[in-house]
Amino acid sequence: MKDINILAIESSCDETAAAVVRNGREVLSNVINTQIDIHTLYGGVVPEIASRKHIENINPVIRKALKDANMTWDDIDAIGITYGPGLVGALLVGVAEAKALAWALKKPLVPVHHIEGHISANYIADKTLEPPFAALVVSGGHTHLVEVKDYGSYEIIGRTRDDAAGEAFDKVARAVGLGYPGGPKIDKLSKEGNPDAITFPVAHVNGSAYDFSFSGIKSAVLNYLNGAQMKNEEVNKADLVASFQKAVVSALVDHSMMLVKEKGYKKLAIAGGVSANSALRAACEEACKEAGVEFFCPPLGLCTDNAAMIGAAAYYEYVNGTRGAWDLNAIPNLKLGER
Amino acid sequence: MKILAIESAATAASVAILDGDTCIADMTIQFKKTHSQTILPMIDQICKITETEPESIDAVAVSVGPGSFTGLRIGVATGKGIALAYDRPMIEVSTLLAMAANIPAGSECLICPVMDARRAHVYTGVYEYDDEGDLQEVLPESLLSYEELADSLNSLAEEGKPVIMLGDGLSALESKAGDARRMKDIMQELVAGELILAPENMNYQRAASVAVVAAKMAKEGKLVSSDEVKPDYLRPSQAERMRKSGVVGEE
Repeated sequence: MKDINILAIESSCDETAAAVVRNGREVLSNVINTQIDIHTLYGGVVPEIASRKHIENINPVIRKALKDANMTWDDIDAIGITYGPGLVGALLVGVAEAKALAWALKKPLVPVHHIEGHISANYIADKTLEPPFAALVVSGGHTHLVEVKDYGSYEIIGRTRDDAAGEAFDKVARAVGLGYPGGPKIDKLSKEGNPDAITFPVAHVNGSAYDFSFSGIKSAVLNYLNGAQMKNEEVNKADLVASFQKAVVSALVDHSMMLVKEKGYKKLAIAGGVSANSALRAACEEACKEAGVEFFCPPLGLCTDNAAMIGAAAYYEYVNGTRGAWDLNAIPNLKLGER
Repeated sequence: MKILAIESAATAASVAILDGDTCIADMTIQFKKTHSQTILPMIDQICKITETEPESIDAVAVSVGPGSFTGLRIGVATGKGIALAYDRPMIEVSTLLAMAANIPAGSECLICPVMDARRAHVYTGVYEYDDEGDLQEVLPESLLSYEELADSLNSLAEEGKPVIMLGDGLSALESKAGDARRMKDIMQELVAGELILAPENMNYQRAASVAVVAAKMAKEGKLVSSDEVKPDYLRPSQAERMRKSGVVGEE
């Protein structure tokens, strides 16, 4: 079979990224321009600033992805693009650019769901992974428990009812003065703390066992901080964040293992920015080992937003015949498994 | 030289192809669909009808603003993608200058395009034709209140030149004490001299005008790499404005 090379573009949040991926598994180039320094000034991603940076950076990023892969446009078979979910203004830059490129080059345009991309990072990390498997997608914007039934076929089994897991990390980090982005900072400080120092509630959503709720844990942390402040007590920040992290991680792991056991899955994959969290990776690995389930997680560099994962997802959509028309729009609240 | 021009700064979506001196295609749509859904299908249409191969486009001209932030980025990103495909240069055309070019040379008027910037403000500039038939800027592009614009026009029009105004800013509604009035009616009161309102067919942003301005710029060597092209918003983001004024906040 002929090799299929896809140039993929990702601009759904604050990274402008482009990559060339061969046959959905082999990364030939992976360029990421992150805007994190600018958004740190504001304590979080500012949509209008993110969009402005995307339009400035996108052409050099695409050019570099092609060059790093040692390719010309003649070598590219299709253009893959994230068209949702995400920040609408940010998505629109990538979507308009990708459509124009595909149109001018007369190549197929393959629209990709951002979460599908995150899950597909696992195809790059482990060339043997094939559906069906269970997947836990956790990031600053998403917390989803997904059944991956086949390539390009997904069913969301559980989702967060309020904050995304990564959002809870960011908010707690801000409250204890660690700054943005909260995930990596809490992960680091937690290593110096006692995760059993404080017991925070792990919320359950009535009637939907697979769903998550993190606002309760976040509020419990904020209440704890307020209480200590009123009593003029010193707070051990390391113990606090370690205990918070443990509560979030055990909710994520418990729900994932429940899905794996009830539906008889032999494999669990994690994905998304929060899947870089060392406590989550360790807890998932241990739980899977105990249950005799194979565990998959992408390398750290493929956990956060990147275009290689979009290229991997786009390959399987390309093979399935998915094509975008020239009036393709960005869909900020796009649902996984819908078009 | 074949120039593809793209205009999406405001509600009009407009694309054109200038082949040498001839505008072989000129298409404008004002409809409820977003520019993301219209601009590229329109380019596809005009290229098909005029048998224009994407590779035969020598330069891509884009209207870079001021205007709607998102609208500008859709047009600019579309232009960048087409330019990148065959490594063609781009031409950055001021939206306001291109609007002024809707008015024919020879008009002994001050030409004042106005784009609605909300809260009784407009993105505007003032232009006039010189003896060579080139548009010259007499008031630089800026974000002005109605009163500020009227003051500028009154001092510029001292020699008795009439002012011709055009653009979507004219029909903007301004409510004051429960009384809603159109910008053009307010300006009729504030501008001392003769004020002419452009007819509907000249009133909107048009890619054909972008192309004509771009062709002149190309002759002057004002071609840039698609890597460098970006919108000219004339207005920082709200978060940047708040940060500068000491309030750190999100949009």
